[in-house]
Amino acid sequence: MAGVLGTSIKRREDPALITGRGKYTDDLKVEGMAHAAIVRSPYAHARIRGIDASAAEALPGVLAVLTARDVAAAGIPGVVPVGWLLPDLKTPAHPMIAADTVRHVGDAVAVVVAEDRYLARDAADRVAVDYEPLDAVADVVAALEDGAPAVHEEAPGNVAFDWEIGERESVDAAFASAAHTVELDLRNNRLIPHAIEPRAVLASYDSSTGEMTIHMTSQNPHVHRLLMTLASLGMPEHKVRIVAPEVGGGFGSKIHHYADEAIVGLCSMKLDRPVKWTATRTETNLTDAHGRDHSTHCALALDADGRITGLRVDTAAAMGAYLSTFAPAVPTYLYGTLMSGQYDIPAIHCHVTGVFTHTTPVDAYRGAGRPEATYVVERLMHLAGDATGLGPVEVRRRNFVPPDAFPYQTQVALAYDSGNYGPAMDRALEMIGYDDLKSEQASRRDNGGKQIGIGFSSYIEACGLAPSAVVGSLGAQAGQWESADVRVHPTASVTVYTGSSSHGQGHETTFSQIVADRLGIDPEAVEVIHGDTDLVQFGMGTYGSRSAAVGGSAIARSVDKIIEKGKKIAAHLLEASAEDLEYEDGSFRVAGSPDRSLALGDVALQAYLAHNYPDDLEPGLSATSFYDPANFTYPFGTHVCVVEVDTETGSIELLRYAAVDDVGNVINPMIVDGQLHGGLAQGIGQALWENAVYDESGQLVSGSLMDYAVPKIHNLIPFELDRTTTPCPHNPLGVKGVGEAGAIASPAAVVNAVVDALAPFGISHIDMPLTPEKVWRAVNS
Amino acid sequence: MYPAQFDYRRAGSVDEALGLLQEHEDAKLMAGGHSLIPMMKLRLAQPPVVIDIGRLDELKGISEAGGSVRVGSLTTHADIAASDVLAAHCPVLAEAAGHIGDAQVRNRGTIGGNIAHADPGSDIPPVLVLLGASVHLQSPSGTRSVAAGDFFQDLLMTDVGEDEILTHVEAPALGAGTGAAYLKFEHPASGYAVVGAAASVTVQNGRCIAAGLVVGGVSATPTAVDVSSLVGSDLSDDAIAAAASGLDAEDPIGDIFASGDYRVHVGKVYGKRALAAARDRAS
Repeated sequence: MAGVLGTSIKRREDPALITGRGKYTDDLKVEGMAHAAIVRSPYAHARIRGIDASAAEALPGVLAVLTARDVAAAGIPGVVPVGWLLPDLKTPAHPMIAADTVRHVGDAVAVVVAEDRYLARDAADRVAVDYEPLDAVADVVAALEDGAPAVHEEAPGNVAFDWEIGERESVDAAFASAAHTVELDLRNNRLIPHAIEPRAVLASYDSSTGEMTIHMTSQNPHVHRLLMTLASLGMPEHKVRIVAPEVGGGFGSKIHHYADEAIVGLCSMKLDRPVKWTATRTETNLTDAHGRDHSTHCALALDADGRITGLRVDTAAAMGAYLSTFAPAVPTYLYGTLMSGQYDIPAIHCHVTGVFTHTTPVDAYRGAGRPEATYVVERLMHLAGDATGLGPVEVRRRNFVPPDAFPYQTQVALAYDSGNYGPAMDRALEMIGYDDLKSEQASRRDNGGKQIGIGFSSYIEACGLAPSAVVGSLGAQAGQWESADVRVHPTASVTVYTGSSSHGQGHETTFSQIVADRLGIDPEAVEVIHGDTDLVQFGMGTYGSRSAAVGGSAIARSVDKIIEKGKKIAAHLLEASAEDLEYEDGSFRVAGSPDRSLALGDVALQAYLAHNYPDDLEPGLSATSFYDPANFTYPFGTHVCVVEVDTETGSIELLRYAAVDDVGNVINPMIVDGQLHGGLAQGIGQALWENAVYDESGQLVSGSLMDYAVPKIHNLIPFELDRTTTPCPHNPLGVKGVGEAGAIASPAAVVNAVVDALAPFGISHIDMPLTPEKVWRAVNS
Repeated sequence: MYPAQFDYRRAGSVDEALGLLQEHEDAKLMAGGHSLIPMMKLRLAQPPVVIDIGRLDELKGISEAGGSVRVGSLTTHADIAASDVLAAHCPVLAEAAGHIGDAQVRNRGTIGGNIAHADPGSDIPPVLVLLGASVHLQSPSGTRSVAAGDFFQDLLMTDVGEDEILTHVEAPALGAGTGAAYLKFEHPASGYAVVGAAASVTVQNGRCIAAGLVVGGVSATPTAVDVSSLVGSDLSDDAIAAAASGLDAEDPIGDIFASGDYRVHVGKVYGKRALAAARDRAS
């Protein structure tokens, strides 16, 4: 249907979700269902001397208490594996249930199954675990110091990996001859994802068939099935069905394979009953993989004209107590490779040390590596604007990769396929009224009182994870294509089976728009099925802003195959040659003979009736594609934040936030704007409020929403959004991805704005989150 | 977030609630449930019996008589914030109630539950102390009242006896020439006050004849600041700043968001600003 692409049609998902009819995992109830509660370590590091479950087992209604002994007795692999590898990566085992040592607060040591969830919790409190507390280290820098408590014997010095990209020597040379250098020590604060729906699992094993159905909160059911069967439960893959019903947010946290889900599967197998577990908010905060947690030293060298000559980055990246599914890839393939930003930088070197700490594992969280890289580059650019005297706008503009330089090969593996950075910045300056703001700032500086600051972030991201060839060349032993099976029914309605599983993004709406546009039919005639390993062919799932670019492209490719097949059928019916047929507005037509045409419905019906087909034409009208992208996509944009700082208290008020993003072609502008709003909230949250804080003993002291501040609507302001459009040249839709852009760009924009406001006080950096007390202390120091 | 086992009893009258309190040792009264239930879900509180008094209409409502306002203990924050009676006679109490939590919290939470819980970051206690309000309690042996300044004893501790129910609070209506204000420095996570400053100023013939300042959030209980230096002054910005800087807290509370020292500092700044707002409203 013409005009359906690029239109803000309403989300078909919403009527059920906003009237409470959405079925989430915890809503599911099945006959004979029991409930699990997990006994967790209160210590960051301890030896388990013994476990006495007798008081729990004695409670009427308690069905079982399982420990590591039961995992061993079950004869299953019993581990939680890491999915992405690096050269020389240390991979100490992560047992499903801790056997002799716990390594973070929240580590599972036992599970109780009971007839109801209250009883299960009561019984879990009665499991007596005899711990011998050991020294712990929670801080990523402290963990690297000599004599730091060891998290794993297999990883001396707590080093999980030592990785680098780029050329150290050429960077050293650039610094040796630089006219200007700026440098910075920064922390990228640890974040807790906080999906509204906590993780949940309902595992139903049936010994009569040997089959297990697992309903769970998953962003990638097939990947979960693979890891669950291969490494944890040791079941045949074809005997396990994983279903992701409605999933209420994830931000990455529901990509990863966790011990808890495997434990509940084991419980179901042992009891031959369905068993459900839903994390409490306290449990999600202790066990959902956290994000970020870097300590970085970085420096930029520039020549006398303010052109960048070299960038040096050295990062210690926390892995937490165990390597989570994607963890090693995040501060490497998704971080070091992004260090060129929007700039033409002739020499870059990035060194990353992956560090075990006695904390919750760290893994991909909205943006995953790219917010950290953007923060490094854009904080340095702010300092470079000051050091060169060019200011934040000119220093960026002078260093942008020029529009005629694409495709542009960076010094850190990635080759940018397209881009045009100047217009996005121009538009942002125009929207924000930069010159007026500068005058206002000057007069406030003269008059004292509350100061205003203007901060920029010109970001690049690599989306559409992940072209097998590119990540394969970097050492990853996996690529991330996506699958789509598109079936046209005899009445010309369509069902799409996509490997890209939605957890709130609106796949059903946008994917139906893709099909409707390409096939020339009404989006209402398209159904989208996802999130069930028994219904859908193997798929990689939803993360890394990949669903439109990779999942959508797979769908487009399948639709194209269907049109080609339809041409053959139509050619047969019209007694024409398939080469002479064209497809337009839902009809197959013989070129040059407008009266000789067949509607899609006619062809679809005949595809299934198939009673007089020639030998070389198969019945049916469906096509499956596995789309492996040629490259990442490279969305970009410039964000500008304006803040007011109350120097008397250190409080920061957001005044304006303008974002100009180039995400390529847009399928549904409303959904794109919604993604930006959510990402901005999370990125601004990181800059101003969010912080996962561990004390020296490894206790998570910001473990509840009383202490961990996620942004609320009254903390934020209306965002001013606009777009430029540079289509992706290498996928059939020209789309790039938008799910993470807001979270990637905004932390640097906010911090740059605050630092700009405080320039008269000689302040050049404050670590996130910029709490009022930190700002006040900086002003008064 | 699953509470431990407990029994639930619903009282049909104050007398019945008092009886149930006598009957069940360690029972807890529940009004709006917005302090008690979270504590129970975290298992920080495990009362064997919860006595629900939330439907006792006799404890709800706002009225004014004889120069004082009376607010029933089960009156919700939303009703207090929107009260015409308070807008006319004691707007600062309504102002403070409007700062509590979010709309859902204000629709369920009650003034009685709020002050009986006595969180140091609560918005209501400093206002009641500023106003010189009295808290009224009932037990099987009768009724009594206690001055708000004496009611809050320590962190989460009040003067309510185990056999008592908080029935209402009374506060003097603000007279002519008096302005009052409540300013809140909100904790971004909990929504409680890191610092909440309640101030009042009475002006007659261009001169200050009375002033008060009470700051919440800095100590376990509301901290009254001696601002008597303002009496007789012209309430200049300098005079106000000097008075507010008298805030002193021996053992200020702190958390990962705001240290004790910082809270005292912000208390002085917000105290100054609250006094200035009160001054502007007084004229």
